Amino acid sequence: MHDMHAPAAHHHAPPQGFVRNHLFSLDHKVIGIQYYGLALLAVFIGMVLSWVMRLHLAWPALSIPGLELLSKNGAPGGVPTPEYYLQLMTMHGTIMVFFVLTTAPFAAFGNYFLPIQVGAEDMPFPHFNMMSFWVTFVAFCVAVAAFFVPDGPPLAGWTAYAPLSALGPVAGPGEGLGQILWASSIGIFCIGQLLGALNFISTTLDMRCKGMSLMRMPLTVWAWFITSAMGLTAFAVLMPACILLILDHVAGTSFFVASNLVVSDQLQPHSGGSTLLWQHLFWFFGHPEVYIAIVPAMGVVSHVLITNMRRPMLSHRVLIYSMAALAFLSYMVYGHHMFVSGMNPFSSIVFSFPTLAITIPSTIIVLIWIGSLYGARLRINAASLFALGFISLFVSGGVSGFFLAQPSLDLLLHATYFVVGHFHLVMAVAAIFGIFSGTYFWFSKVTGRMMNETLGKIHFWLTFVGAYCIFMPFHYLGLAGNVRRYQAFVNDFMGPLMPLHKFISVAAVVTGFAQFIFLYNLIYSRFKGEKATQNPWEATSLEWTIPSPPPFDNFGGKLPVVYHDPYQYGVEGSSGDYVMQDSPEQIQTVHDEK
Amino acid sequence: MAKVFAVTVILIAIASAIPILMHTWGPPVDISTHGPLIDEQMSETMAEAGISFLAAQIILAIFVWMFSRKEGKVRSFPGGARGLVTAAIVLVGIEAMALGAFGVKAWASVYFTPPGPDAMPIQAQAGQFAFYFRYPGPDGRFGPLHPDLVNEGTQNFFGLDPDHDPDAKDDIVTAELGIPVNKEIHLLMHSKDVGHSFDVRELRIQQDFVPGLDVSVHFTATKTGRYEIMCTQLCGLGHYNMKAYLNVMSQSDFDAWLKQQASQQ
Amino acid sequence: MKIRYKVTAVFSALVLMAVSALVASQNVSAAGEGKITGTVKLTGTPPHERPIDMSKEPYCQKLHASNPVKTENVVAGADGGLQFVVLYISEGLSGSAASAAAPEKPKWDQKGCQYIPHVMAVNPNQHFEVTNSDPTSHNIHPMPRPGGGNNQWNKSQPPGSPAIDTTWPSEEIAVSVKCNIHPWMHGYMAVVKGPNAVTDEKGSYTITGVPPGSYTVTAWQETLGTQTQKVTVAAGKPATADFTFKGK
Repeated sequence: MHDMHAPAAHHHAPPQGFVRNHLFSLDHKVIGIQYYGLALLAVFIGMVLSWVMRLHLAWPALSIPGLELLSKNGAPGGVPTPEYYLQLMTMHGTIMVFFVLTTAPFAAFGNYFLPIQVGAEDMPFPHFNMMSFWVTFVAFCVAVAAFFVPDGPPLAGWTAYAPLSALGPVAGPGEGLGQILWASSIGIFCIGQLLGALNFISTTLDMRCKGMSLMRMPLTVWAWFITSAMGLTAFAVLMPACILLILDHVAGTSFFVASNLVVSDQLQPHSGGSTLLWQHLFWFFGHPEVYIAIVPAMGVVSHVLITNMRRPMLSHRVLIYSMAALAFLSYMVYGHHMFVSGMNPFSSIVFSFPTLAITIPSTIIVLIWIGSLYGARLRINAASLFALGFISLFVSGGVSGFFLAQPSLDLLLHATYFVVGHFHLVMAVAAIFGIFSGTYFWFSKVTGRMMNETLGKIHFWLTFVGAYCIFMPFHYLGLAGNVRRYQAFVNDFMGPLMPLHKFISVAAVVTGFAQFIFLYNLIYSRFKGEKATQNPWEATSLEWTIPSPPPFDNFGGKLPVVYHDPYQYGVEGSSGDYVMQDSPEQIQTVHDEK
Repeated sequence: MAKVFAVTVILIAIASAIPILMHTWGPPVDISTHGPLIDEQMSETMAEAGISFLAAQIILAIFVWMFSRKEGKVRSFPGGARGLVTAAIVLVGIEAMALGAFGVKAWASVYFTPPGPDAMPIQAQAGQFAFYFRYPGPDGRFGPLHPDLVNEGTQNFFGLDPDHDPDAKDDIVTAELGIPVNKEIHLLMHSKDVGHSFDVRELRIQQDFVPGLDVSVHFTATKTGRYEIMCTQLCGLGHYNMKAYLNVMSQSDFDAWLKQQASQQ
Repeated sequence: MKIRYKVTAVFSALVLMAVSALVASQNVSAAGEGKITGTVKLTGTPPHERPIDMSKEPYCQKLHASNPVKTENVVAGADGGLQFVVLYISEGLSGSAASAAAPEKPKWDQKGCQYIPHVMAVNPNQHFEVTNSDPTSHNIHPMPRPGGGNNQWNKSQPPGSPAIDTTWPSEEIAVSVKCNIHPWMHGYMAVVKGPNAVTDEKGSYTITGVPPGSYTVTAWQETLGTQTQKVTVAAGKPATADFTFKGK
């Protein structure tokens, strides 16, 4: 039946040898796994860095085991110096934002499942795809290399505000070679992401199988597609910005350094640059970046929820339009990072309204999720728990956006822990919940084995409660005015806030340790897990129509034909309450588009 | 398990709201003339965000509790997507926009009104990692800055040349921002090296120093006392300890203080 | 048998070398009995030293509450004795006296948000220790002349952290040192070859360990510049060299 309608699939032979199979593989699935592995490695480093920071903040004199081995200079006796704290903080932000939140939900899951879900054998440019991963890997190595240069890692925050980041060693430790490595790493990273985004877009537009109209694509595909469009424009701005930053270091240019700056009594030989230029360029990337992290997670969570709710979302279209609206608006709101930066105060007002307007698509998305739960037959498992947890966290992180969208409240809250709590909940933890949800959901497809559900649920409870224990108190600290990026709290009013800091640190260590349950589950289940059937969740999309793990060309040389909308649940099908996308069975299509 | 989830979410929501309702942690009492507008905006936003937060968490919890079932016909939310979209636009969208519109007033009181003609000019300079302040002295004029003359070892933080610039002769440089109470201050902000910020929680003022671009803010303090000025823009290794004190004094105390400072130049 | 013979020969040669090195070094110290002493004075009115406002660091402010600290660019006593002048031998040194680094390890302490001492003299490659006696972090930021043999560095020293043991490889008068966290903290490290001294609060100094011979002694003051004098040192007899700087 299928091959009669199948377009002439371009057959490629199965890859030969270890190098082509595992290392320099052209297979989108292997590349997806490589991205996931990179994200796992990066998130481990990022988490350990956050432990060091939290321990140091709560117990400033504590000698942190092993830290002296990493840098004798930066942590004499295991106690990080002020500069080393800030350097580790910069590395934490950089590694987490770029190498975890961008790679895992977007590049890892997207690479693996986007071609399968649209019914393609592979991406149109497999060599670009392979390069995309290896370029990203090089970027990661360059970033990590900064730990081992004499002056230590960069020290300007993950936002690398100029002119601190552009002046060179005179501005302090980490501002020389460390900062150049940072800018190089991010510049290289952008190339990798641009290659990936190109592939995602062309796969979505050109490689869909017969019958896969745009509106028949699962929400995950839509999310990755929208994210790619954002990536293409956002990273294309960040890359030249990084090049200009490097030029300010090595070529004596002054893109970001103004005239007449005197650093440590030394008049700087720069003139005519603009401090705010960097902030504009960075945040023009930086705000879409938030959505690059969160939109794929939204797609994954929707996909997992629908499968476990046994019903489609109240409206497929509205969710897609809302995600697209988020992406579109994200370019017009970046100025809310700069309300008190010294840009024209009228611009602050102009940027504040689109920022507030972003609550509309966000609220629509949340209401559709919650509204779709009504009347569902919800199945509780590790994947759906993480998806539900995502909604709760996204709401909690989202409401603090009400405050930060208003310039007048920014006078109180800017650069405090309120902001740290906000973006960790809405962007970091929520996106990581999306990653966990997707992992518990798709693990069986990738490995052919199930993950352990009991361990998965224990992991969920510890992580969910832990995340709230860590990030809710951040908001209280922020309301009291506790400034972020301080390595010690020497201000008079911060003393009484120390118990709160200690509470957060303990919660961070415990929650961090809970992640080893996940790691164990991941490794154990890969080799010893229960054998999975082809479609254990009784799901409808194309990835569940093929064996687990899928063959190298996904569909065994026969491209599928799609007859239905992606989420035909709650119907009378021959296999139960669902009908798969490629099933030619005639049913009363479920539409919920009121 | 679904019921445990529902209960946990509700407990977390309530536990998160308690410190907010009890005002356990919050900004200190405001000492500025524009602050009440900001505080009012803050409490309105808090009410709105708090209600949205609690409502969403509780409804999520209830639906998870109710609909984690194996049996029963799959139904749809009454009103469907259209009802929810309308609710989102009407309830949240319009509320948020209205909040933004009211908030403009508070912002405008800081930034859109020029300082009055009697406002007292003071220059604030931020550098790694300390603030210094300059008063124009009796002549009311600031001497020009010579960046090549900056030498912190001789306490020439601004790069003044009193021997050659008559305007700089009577300039008074201090490490503490002394101001008279109930007098409008026009703070001219100059960064010597990298980006810094001027943040006084009690004043409800936070403004970045932009290297190469001198900006200004104006404010009036209404209560005497000593308050901390913090840097909130990452400026290097000593960022956490970049602070100074704002000393709000009665006019007579201020005059005496400034005189004493002048004698030490 | 043959091997043992060789080992014995090498071993005794090594012993011989070690002994002769010891004797030689004793010769040097025996010859280094000479001294140069003197006082450095300031005539005219000393420049105005501004009091330092340490309100940023409450601990240090409290410490100096009764006796506010002033800048130390020109520190002259009541009788004109000029403190913090570096005296060193700029010409006439030869051999090991010129190239050896003194074995003592001077301390550069940060105490009460001040550098103790304000001016220090060391030999190239002579080790010195930077310590922090305050309950607050300082950063030590020496800024040598660019293009010289010494490199700028910048490092924090939190309270209770171990001493920083370091050296300067090249001669330089003088490396300016500052603390960015407490911008008023400022001092100099003079990196000079051979025996040297820094004047005390009375303006007097003694350069010890000078082998007999004729030398040029240079006095360096951070704002008033340098002066030189020729002296001849005889064994066992201190030579005298007094300097006078003129105030503005």
